[in-house]
Amino acid sequence: MTGQLLQLLFTGLTLGSIYALIGLTLVTTFNVTGILNLAQGEFVAIGALLAVSMYAAGLPLPLTFATSILIVAALAGFLERCAIQTARRASALTLIIITLGLSICLRGLALLIWGTDTYSLPAFSGGGPLIIAGAAITPQSFWIFGLTAATLAGLYIFFELTYWGKAVKASVINRTAARLMGINPGRLSLIAFISSGALGAAAGIFIAPVTMSTYDMGFMLGVKGFVAAVIGGLNNVGGAVLGGILLGVLESFSAGLISSGLKDAFAIIILLVVLLARPQGIIGAISERKI
Amino acid sequence: MKGTLKRVTLSGLLIVLLAISIITGGCASESDSTGVPGEETYKIGAVVDISGNSSSLGIPERDTLQMLVDNLNENGGINGTPVELTILDNKSDETQAVLAVKTLLEKDVLAVLGCSSSGPSMAMINTVQSEKVPMISMAAASGIVEPVSDRQWVFKTAQSDIVTVNKIIKHLKEKGISEVAFLYMNNAYGDGGRQTFVSAAEESGIEIVVEDKFEASDKDMTPQLTRIKASQAQALIIWAIPPSASIVTKNFKDLGLSIPLIHSHGVGNQKFIELAQGAAEGVILPIGKLAVASQIPDSDPQKEVLEKYISDYTERYNSPPVSFGGYAWDAFNLLVKAIETAGPDREAIRDELEKTQGFIGISGVFNMSPTDHNGLDEDSMVLVQIENNEWKLLE
Repeated sequence: MTGQLLQLLFTGLTLGSIYALIGLTLVTTFNVTGILNLAQGEFVAIGALLAVSMYAAGLPLPLTFATSILIVAALAGFLERCAIQTARRASALTLIIITLGLSICLRGLALLIWGTDTYSLPAFSGGGPLIIAGAAITPQSFWIFGLTAATLAGLYIFFELTYWGKAVKASVINRTAARLMGINPGRLSLIAFISSGALGAAAGIFIAPVTMSTYDMGFMLGVKGFVAAVIGGLNNVGGAVLGGILLGVLESFSAGLISSGLKDAFAIIILLVVLLARPQGIIGAISERKI
Repeated sequence: MKGTLKRVTLSGLLIVLLAISIITGGCASESDSTGVPGEETYKIGAVVDISGNSSSLGIPERDTLQMLVDNLNENGGINGTPVELTILDNKSDETQAVLAVKTLLEKDVLAVLGCSSSGPSMAMINTVQSEKVPMISMAAASGIVEPVSDRQWVFKTAQSDIVTVNKIIKHLKEKGISEVAFLYMNNAYGDGGRQTFVSAAEESGIEIVVEDKFEASDKDMTPQLTRIKASQAQALIIWAIPPSASIVTKNFKDLGLSIPLIHSHGVGNQKFIELAQGAAEGVILPIGKLAVASQIPDSDPQKEVLEKYISDYTERYNSPPVSFGGYAWDAFNLLVKAIETAGPDREAIRDELEKTQGFIGISGVFNMSPTDHNGLDEDSMVLVQIENNEWKLLE
């Protein structure tokens, strides 16, 4: 029984770290621009698919990793300049709808390039799963934990301890005042998109050996990442990680101990509870903020 | 001014990009008609899962249908009349399947082939029953053609679940296994398999100690497998199709489970092995003879048909066919044969289909009757084990 519980915990932690990673990228963009980037899941999918294609073409894993992140980061930057920056005077809701449009557009593009097939990437490090007290955990899970921890640490340091992180926060709170202080919000927004694109791609590549990748994998991941971010409070990097892990562990335990049919219901129930307990809701929080 | 210009160019670029992706994206799901317009033709429709979760089934089916209709028309069509085949994509979705079949009926097709998976096939049944159009499904669930009294117009070419289940139960009994775990995919395919397996297991005294399900889009089935690991089960039977079937197989191996793993015929394609990345080694599954055509004895009545299909398909698409393509081959040729005798009359075609006897196809030898609209028995399948990423005949 302990072995079973531990196994469910390990599975939940792996799943939870995946959700947390996506949640983190959402929070980064939201923190900087006040936009909930609904195309974030697509960055994850395209990052993974690019890596799969380049790996299949014979490139070594670290190189495919770097190239794929660079391409997705550039794509994210390009989209920010074209679609977000040109509409920066529109309301937050309009901007969110624009990102929704981008996500459909990107998914269509991925469908054209990669088709409907499922692809998989080999695990980064070989060797079988590790057995701890009768419960198995794959080496790839540790890679995912590592990326989540590194991202969390990096973002925390950036937002809390650097001048630029403070500038970002300032420009979210009051754009005009931040401008008067010599901060360029347009540039910050571009940087936010580029870095969340890069992070999304990295997340996609790290999880591809576990979840496999398809052109439409981004949608469900985006939803779970969104739930993770909302649980954490949308502008809190630590909260997103906590939210993601909570979600993953609850999903795993409900599937293993109660019924697998309840798994997705749990995500929605948690989301509802959090939204009800915080009556200002996400939309309320968003409309006060703009780029 | 310069700034405005730059902004305009950039947004213009984006609009063009959007337009391209919408237009081309639209085309990808557009219909695909083959035939000679303007002349008298026999119109046939097909609804196939070309995109979405069951695309690994639908794509080889579409390719096979296209190849068959081209070959048929090159050789003069049916009794000198060319065949116009319209293939629509249902995106592996029930609603889209119904919309697609309605589009086909507006074109006055003689019969409908499809779908690739059980859910969309079931969804189309009401429409074809009320419009009195013969339909030949390429999916597995027995519920598609049973009870025949409510499904007079529906036929199917993939082996019914009961054929597969009997094959598996026979194997379990030979191995002396009496306690098993059963995992299935939460959709029409998995549920059909579960119902059939549960009743057949009960009849033959095999106890199901753990029964659980997973979603087609699930990424990790370790929780379900953990329960099985803690149980008495001597074997695990899984009813699913890739990619989830591959993921669960990978999880099975990672957890270090050592009981025999038996899959359904839903994993009868190379994609399953490829996605499982080595974890598929040792998996046992029942499969149509196509996958192991070179290993079956020459005395088998299907040998010749199988080899012809393999060489035709390989020549055109540079890759060997899979059993799903075989279902499409059977559906198309059964229909062509029925139209040959019946002519362009839906009711007569249905009657001819029901009278099919001794039709040697890819999935087996079809013997239809007013009570059996599948017409295949256990001899249409063989058990194979995956060895070095290939199927090896087990018997």
